Amino acid sequence: MGAHVPAQRCATATRPRVTAVSGTQAARVLRPRSTHGPIIGALVFAVCGALVGLLIGPVHIGVEAVARSAASHLPLLHIRSNLSATDSAILWQLRAPRVALGALVGGMLALAGGSYQGVFRNPLVDPYLLGVAAGAGLGATLAIAYGGVAVESYDLLPIAAFVGAGVGVALAYALGSAGGRGTPTTLVLAGVTVVVFLTAIQTFVQQQHTQSLQEVYSWILGRLDTAGWHDVALVAPYAGVSSTVLLAHRRLLDVLAVGDDEAATLGVDVRRVRLVVVVFATVGTAAAVAVSGLIGFVGIIVPHAIRLAIGTSYRIVLPLSLLVGGGFLVLADVLARTVVSPAELPIGVVTAFFGAPFFAVVLRTSRSFT
Amino acid sequence: MIAAGTLSVAFGGTRVLDAVSVEVGRGDWIAVIGPNGAGKSTLLRAAAGLVPYAGSLRLDGDEVARLPRRELARRVAFVAQAPLLPPAMLVHEYVLLGRTPHIGTFGYESARDLEAAQRALERLDLLPFADRPLATLSGGEAQRAVLARALAQEAPILLLDEPTTALDLGRQQQVLELVADLRQDGELTVVCAMHDLTLAAQYAERLVLLSRGRLVAGGRPSEIATEALISAHYGAQVRVVEQGGTVAVIPVRRR
Repeated sequence: MGAHVPAQRCATATRPRVTAVSGTQAARVLRPRSTHGPIIGALVFAVCGALVGLLIGPVHIGVEAVARSAASHLPLLHIRSNLSATDSAILWQLRAPRVALGALVGGMLALAGGSYQGVFRNPLVDPYLLGVAAGAGLGATLAIAYGGVAVESYDLLPIAAFVGAGVGVALAYALGSAGGRGTPTTLVLAGVTVVVFLTAIQTFVQQQHTQSLQEVYSWILGRLDTAGWHDVALVAPYAGVSSTVLLAHRRLLDVLAVGDDEAATLGVDVRRVRLVVVVFATVGTAAAVAVSGLIGFVGIIVPHAIRLAIGTSYRIVLPLSLLVGGGFLVLADVLARTVVSPAELPIGVVTAFFGAPFFAVVLRTSRSFT
Repeated sequence: MIAAGTLSVAFGGTRVLDAVSVEVGRGDWIAVIGPNGAGKSTLLRAAAGLVPYAGSLRLDGDEVARLPRRELARRVAFVAQAPLLPPAMLVHEYVLLGRTPHIGTFGYESARDLEAAQRALERLDLLPFADRPLATLSGGEAQRAVLARALAQEAPILLLDEPTTALDLGRQQQVLELVADLRQDGELTVVCAMHDLTLAAQYAERLVLLSRGRLVAGGRPSEIATEALISAHYGAQVRVVEQGGTVAVIPVRRR
C-alpha cells in the first residue's frame, strides 16, 4: 500500500489552466468509496466468529443441532429442537451469552479505540489512554479489597470499575483542557499523568491487601466467563448508545484528520466533537471493562488492521471496527478456553499474544506513511 | 466587504495585532506583507474565526465573532501555512472535506457536493490525481489539492497564509497564477500573507504592510514596496526596480 510515486510527473512548466475537460475526464463522476462491500465482509466474519464460538467446547454440539435449536426459538416456524435439556442449557446459558458478551466487548473496545485514534489523530492510542483502565482498575481493586467482593460476585465490582473509569477520564479531561485548549497533545499528557497517579494508588491498596492480590490480578487480565445473560444485559444498553453516537461522528472524524484549525474553518466545533466522542467512547469502554476486566490490544489491533487492509477513512474504520472487533474477541475467547482445556487462559493473554507480533508487522509496513 | 476596525489580538498579554484598521472590497486581492512576527498570520486567522480578538472585524457587516461557525465557513475559506495532509487520504476525499460547511452535522455528501468537488478538481487539473493518496503528491500538487479543497468550499473570501513559502520559483508562479485564474469572474476576494515582496507586488492589487502588530502602510504595490519602507521595517537593504509596470525588490549586500 502507498508506494511513493515519483513526484516528477508534474514537471510541466506550464501552469495548470482552467481546463476544458477532455471526454474521458468528464465521464468520470466523483463518487465516495462505497462502504457496503467491506461492511458485508465484516458482518460475515462476525457471524462466522459467533458460530465458531457456539460450536466449539468440551461438549460436542453439531452445526445442525445448533441451527435447529436456534430456529426453534423463532416464532411461526414450528421447528423442534433435538437437543437434550443439558445440551440446550450449555448452548444457550453458557456458550451463547459468552459469545454475545465477547462480541459486545470486542466490538465496543475496537470502536472506542478507533474513535480515540480519530480525535487524537494518533493511530496508536488505545481506548485506555485517558485513564479508563487505570480508573477501572482502581475501582475494582477498592471493591475487592474493601468491599469484600469476590470476582464472581456481580453486584459491586462492575459498578466500582465503571465509576472508577469515569472518574479517571474526567480527571484527565479536566487536567488536559484546563488553561489550554484541550489539544490532543495536552490531553494525552494529562492522560499519562492520571494513569500514573491512579496506578500508584491502586498498587498501594493492592499491597496493603495481599490476600486480594489473586482476584485483582485475574480481573486485570480480563475474562469473559459469565453466568448467563446478566453481564450481557448490563453492557448492552451502554454499548448500544455509545456505538450509535460514535458511528454518527464518523464523517466528522475524517474532517478532524486535517487538523483542528482546518476543521474549525470548515465549520466544525472541534472541541465539542472531541468531548462528545471521548465521553461516549469512554462510557462504552467503561461498561465493557466493568464486566470483562482489562482486555488489552483489541482497541488498537482491530482498527489498525482495518486501516492497513481496507482504508483509513473513519467511515470505514468505525463500522468495521465494531464488527471485526466483536468477531475477533469471540475467536480469541475460543482459543482462551480450548488451548489449555479444561483450564482457561486469561483472554488478555491471548489478545496480547497476537497483539505484539501484530505491532511488529505494523512497524515494518507503515514506515512509508509515518 | 471585510472591514477591520481597531482590531487587536493578544496572546498571553502580548499584543500580536494592535489596533489594525483595514478594508478589503469585494473581488480585491490584498497581499499582507511584513517581517516575521508582524502579525500577518494572526490577521488572517482572526478573519477565519480562529483567534479571539478585540475591536471589530466584519464580513458584509456581520461581526466574525458572532457568526455561527458553519455560516462563517460558508463565507471564508482558509488555507493554512502548513496544512496537515493525512498521508493515506485520497485527493478527492480531501477535496470533498471542503464541502463540510454545506453538509448537515451528521449528514453525508449530496450530489451537489460531489459536483462542487469535481469542479474544484477539474479547475485545478487534479482529476488524474483524484484517486491518489495525498502522500504521493509533490509539493506543488499538494498545494493545488489544498487550494481545491478551499475552492470546493465555495466561499466568496479566500484567505491564504503564505501559500508559496515552501515552493520553488516555478511552483510559486503556478500557484499565484492559479489564484489569479480563480478570480477571473471577479467574485472571489483574496487576502494573502506573503514573504516574497516582488511576487506580492506583481499579483496583488494592494499591499498592506504590518510591522510589530501595527498597520504601517497600505496602498498600491508601487507605493508600499519602496526602499525606505522595506529598510525601515524589514531591516533589509534592498533596491526597488521598476520593471514592466510592476516593481522588483532586489536584496543588496551590505559592504
